[in-house]
Amino acid sequence: MVSGLVSASAPPPKIEVSGLELYYGKKRAIHGISFEVKAHEIFAVIGPAQSGKSSLLRCLNRTIEFVPGAQIRGKIAVDGQDTARVKNVFELRRRIGMVAPLPVGLPLSIHDNVAFAPRAAGLRDPKKLEELVERCLRQAALWDEVKDRLHSLGTKLSGGQQQRLTIARALSHRPEILCLDEFSIAIDPVTTMRIEDVLKELRREMTIVLVTNLVQQARRLADRTLFLWNGEVVECDRNDVIFSEKPGNRKTYEYVNGTFG
Amino acid sequence: MEEDAIKVSPTSTELAEATPSGPEPPWRRRPLEAYAELALEWLIRLCGVSAILFVFGIFFFVFREGAGMLFGKLDLLRFLFTKEWYPTSLSNVRYGVLALIIGTGSVTVLAMAIAVPFGLGAAIFVSEFCSGRVKETLKIVIELLAAIPSVVWGFIGISVMNPLIQELFDASIGLNVLNGALLLALMSVPIMVSIGEDALKAVPDSHREAALALGSTRWQTIYRVLLPSAKNGLLAAVLLGVGRAVGETMAVLMATGHSLNIPRSVLDPVRTLTATIAAELGEASVGSDHYQVLFVIGILLFTITFFVNLAADLVVKGIKKQ
Repeated sequence: MVSGLVSASAPPPKIEVSGLELYYGKKRAIHGISFEVKAHEIFAVIGPAQSGKSSLLRCLNRTIEFVPGAQIRGKIAVDGQDTARVKNVFELRRRIGMVAPLPVGLPLSIHDNVAFAPRAAGLRDPKKLEELVERCLRQAALWDEVKDRLHSLGTKLSGGQQQRLTIARALSHRPEILCLDEFSIAIDPVTTMRIEDVLKELRREMTIVLVTNLVQQARRLADRTLFLWNGEVVECDRNDVIFSEKPGNRKTYEYVNGTFG
Repeated sequence: MEEDAIKVSPTSTELAEATPSGPEPPWRRRPLEAYAELALEWLIRLCGVSAILFVFGIFFFVFREGAGMLFGKLDLLRFLFTKEWYPTSLSNVRYGVLALIIGTGSVTVLAMAIAVPFGLGAAIFVSEFCSGRVKETLKIVIELLAAIPSVVWGFIGISVMNPLIQELFDASIGLNVLNGALLLALMSVPIMVSIGEDALKAVPDSHREAALALGSTRWQTIYRVLLPSAKNGLLAAVLLGVGRAVGETMAVLMATGHSLNIPRSVLDPVRTLTATIAAELGEASVGSDHYQVLFVIGILLFTITFFVNLAADLVVKGIKKQ
């Protein structure tokens, strides 16, 4: 079923998911899926609602553990290291940046929002923090709009600005992997395009996992795309296959061309 | 029914009546529901306003009883800043409430010093670290604690804490500031826990998740995200506790020793404003100076709680402005 896996000679995958199953109580949300994400690629996950996309991201950084009744089987490895066996889970989470669908401005100033993770990791020097905040805000294409009011509340920004703030925040701990969960759901198309440009820049520094409802966004941005359906992998392949006239699965063709779903 | 009423076309007489007067055309007869709606609206409005009426009513009553003394014979400076309280002396009647104010203050401050960390800690524990059955059980037990009448706390103060404090601290008397403060702390903790827990529960889960996804530990999440988000509610929880401590009467009357005294340590007995009113009002003849002074003490208590609430309001507004 899973076609187009990387050949054996390729560099080791950044993320390796094998036989991942997720249960919420008795209900199975993810039915044993396997795929790999290569380093420095933009990897899109598409699929309709309830297909397990967001749950998949939560499994990656192990925040799924806070959902009562959630149980994982199978294995997720980052850089070959099994995440379930990681001793310092906070360290693991700092390696993975996470951007939620609706921007979650923590009730802190813009500066403190971005400085949150570095501070949690133990960085205290205010000068270094300032540099870091500026760098992240520039990377998220937000700096010019907020540089004069870094100490006002982050929650007072507009929706699109807040979303870029959460991206800046996710970048603040220099993650190796950046996961975005439908980041464009609350923002206008112009801002979306700006963020997409940012993502194209960022891929040089990190691996990007992009969960999206917008099939066209996956087509524009991703190198490879995973199509999830009811917690199962329908197809996972390079974009030129997924979005071609003849993808490996007929369902894929119908979904990306809008004949169903 | 209502639609029918609207659809009926107006007769010429009705139209003639309608145009000059009233915003409501008469052919739109008000059906019963409209009156019921109106009545309900006024009923709810009355409920809302009644709180204000009651507060002013109580204030007016207390003020009226004490006004004669307050604006007449009583020297306010001497009343507030001397500690001689001899309301029934035959030769030299003196009304000084300094010792009572300090008594109330010391018991309250000590009680809060004990109750705030415990109450907020318990609220955080219940809200963030417990789940399912443990949480429900804990909440029920804590609410049960709030339901114990204050006289029963007074019993405990006299029969359990009194000998315990005497033994542990080698104090000459176990009915003292410490005893009263411990009881008050125990009484205000349940309120703080339930209100504090509600405040923490109101913080959206997305905040917790965002903080955790940024690699913060549980403690960092609580300290940096949850407490700042919930601070208004938590402050309200603390203030309700303070209110309870300042106003509580029976338990402190029984447990603090009820002796007029400016305490030098927490092991000294004191007397509080509330306990004085409770103990003496029944003996003072209605309308006498003593009776009126007790009402002035009531006004004083009123003023204290008013300023506590005002301060809290300002603090909350200050926090919001940031």
